[in-house]
Amino acid sequence: MTVVSATSSTTNKVLPHPLNAWYVAAWDHEVTRKPMSRRIANRPVALYRTEDGNAVALADACWHRLAPLSMGKTLEKDTIQCPYHGIIYNSAGRCVSMPAQETINPSATVPSFPIVERYRYVWIWMGDPTLADPDLIPDMSQMSSDEWAGDGLTIHAACNFQLVLDNLMDLTHEEFVHSSTIGQEELSESDFVTVREGNKVTVTRWMHNIDAPPFWLKNMRDKFPGFEGKVDRWQIINFEAPSTINIDVGVAKAGTGAPEGDRSQGVNGFVMNTITPETDRSSHYFWAFMRNYALDSQLITTQLRDGVHGVFGEDEEMLMAQQAAIDANPDYEFYNLNIDAGGLWVRRILESMLAAEGRLTPSA
Amino acid sequence: MAATNIETWQSATVIEVIPVAEAIARIVLEPSLPIKAEPGSHIDLMVQINGESVKRSYSVVEAAADGTRLVISVMKAPLSRGGSIFMHSLVPGTRLEITQPLQNFPLRVGAQRYILLAGGIGITAIANMAVVLKRLKADYTLVYVGRSREAMAYLGELEKLHGDRLEVHIDNEGSSLKVPELVGRADTGTELYMCGPIRLMDAVRRGWVERELDLPNLRYETFGNSGWYDPEEFIVRVPKLNLEVTVPQGRSMLEALEDAGAEMMFHCRKGECGLCEVRVIELAGTIDHRDVFYSERQQRLSTKMNCCVSRAVTSATGAKADAAHTGPAIITIEPN
Repeated sequence: MTVVSATSSTTNKVLPHPLNAWYVAAWDHEVTRKPMSRRIANRPVALYRTEDGNAVALADACWHRLAPLSMGKTLEKDTIQCPYHGIIYNSAGRCVSMPAQETINPSATVPSFPIVERYRYVWIWMGDPTLADPDLIPDMSQMSSDEWAGDGLTIHAACNFQLVLDNLMDLTHEEFVHSSTIGQEELSESDFVTVREGNKVTVTRWMHNIDAPPFWLKNMRDKFPGFEGKVDRWQIINFEAPSTINIDVGVAKAGTGAPEGDRSQGVNGFVMNTITPETDRSSHYFWAFMRNYALDSQLITTQLRDGVHGVFGEDEEMLMAQQAAIDANPDYEFYNLNIDAGGLWVRRILESMLAAEGRLTPSA
Repeated sequence: MAATNIETWQSATVIEVIPVAEAIARIVLEPSLPIKAEPGSHIDLMVQINGESVKRSYSVVEAAADGTRLVISVMKAPLSRGGSIFMHSLVPGTRLEITQPLQNFPLRVGAQRYILLAGGIGITAIANMAVVLKRLKADYTLVYVGRSREAMAYLGELEKLHGDRLEVHIDNEGSSLKVPELVGRADTGTELYMCGPIRLMDAVRRGWVERELDLPNLRYETFGNSGWYDPEEFIVRVPKLNLEVTVPQGRSMLEALEDAGAEMMFHCRKGECGLCEVRVIELAGTIDHRDVFYSERQQRLSTKMNCCVSRAVTSATGAKADAAHTGPAIITIEPN
């Protein structure tokens, strides 16, 4: 008999999000001297850059009357002014000027969140700032490496972030959701290996000697003009807590040694995904497709970005419908299949993070 | 995590009351709705004074990681308004009404250097910050000032925990703090957090301004209970309301006016917001400005005062013999 503890449930439908973790707040190019507002982990955040170009994240509500600071303007050095009564804060969230008085109320502060810029993203820590160690930022190094090229976009997904993680941890759905681009029946027929190590989970799947689906045939022909024939296809899903999933994907001419490590006769991409909870029912889904061939072709960068955008649009629709069905059927449980092993390890890791924060509510 | 300052009142059980220094008791509380207490946080608590429930604020000196135990420390002040006497009479098992930890004095992570300055019982607001800075391996100095070793709570524990990072100044051992020297050590990358008597904090603030350091990097907390002079009984007259009220030593002017039926405007009741400001029409005596709302210029002018914390005293030297007239100070005001 198996003992099921509160931290190893397999039937939680959606989980709260850990707060002691780095999430992507924005693409680096989104944050400018003109403040913007974004809801992150249920909390509105004002994002802007200082005169020196450093990104800043403050709670998007003035201490005084809670007017959104994001509607205000940035002033000299690192300051921002509330648009309502002109109270000015610095990047630490401390009031530096108050209207109609000669002193500043020492209590006048707004929360300031730790920020790190890395891998073309602005990362934010919404939890206990004394735990915000930049070494905990998930590895997305392909995003800013000279050996990889590509671009991505943001999806506003109308579902809990956990449902996006489930989606990416099991790619058998490609056969059904993405049948015209990357789906093929070998996906659900082939075996896979799931490995969990610490706060990482890897799911590896190889499909040998198959026809390349349309998306991959096009990529093969970009590198090997006129390519025809069978391929070996791989998908290696790499999860890193709390919500980053980088998928090593590609195809190589069948039998040329790709499974053994020689990928020279193939094309390789990384689907970079990192999901930021917006609310308990919506997510900011940042993705990019990076490739390690034809690095200087802006045409291929744009084609790949737009192609993947179309594929992910199919996921977006499914995820929204799934969340709506979950909400409409509160008395029904989740059941699990063998293919859910990766996703369930992710849930196990998230549950242990939540338990460490004292925020795991069993059978929520 | 951005904590909320919307008060959640709850019951708490007194677990332990032990003396930790001359006239200072360490009080361990077990709140019924525990949440994590951040460094710099305080709780509000209802004390009983002459059968009346009155709100007081106490810094959280230390706390269990999950907030199931909160430690406060209270100094029994003979001239207090009565709260500290009540707190010293507590015994284990007593139930109190408290709020969750509230935050008006947050410690910012990431400064290049920190100076933490505690004067006397002010150590209660500072001790928890020092613990966090030590854990973060931050560059910090904890400066602890007192009149005598016996009056300084937690001195031994702090020495053990912080070693060379603790700097102690004790008046009766001839090692009093030289404020200009301390402020002279601060530079643009330094944040200074302080809690202590108003004279000490005022001297630091002057030094900070003289050195042209950024004022937002000087952080302090005051519960408005420290003055330039000992509190005295005084008389307040409000011609507009046809009132003459005696403000006893242990009661604020705002409370005395409320007791007499005056409808007063107020918010923070600790000298920060300026909402309880009254205009001074006539004054026999001197105003002991205990707020942080007015600038020095405004305090010198003394045409207004914040009646939640500031008081009238008989003379500017604080000695009754120096008073220009005999009897208590008399202040005539017009409320807002």
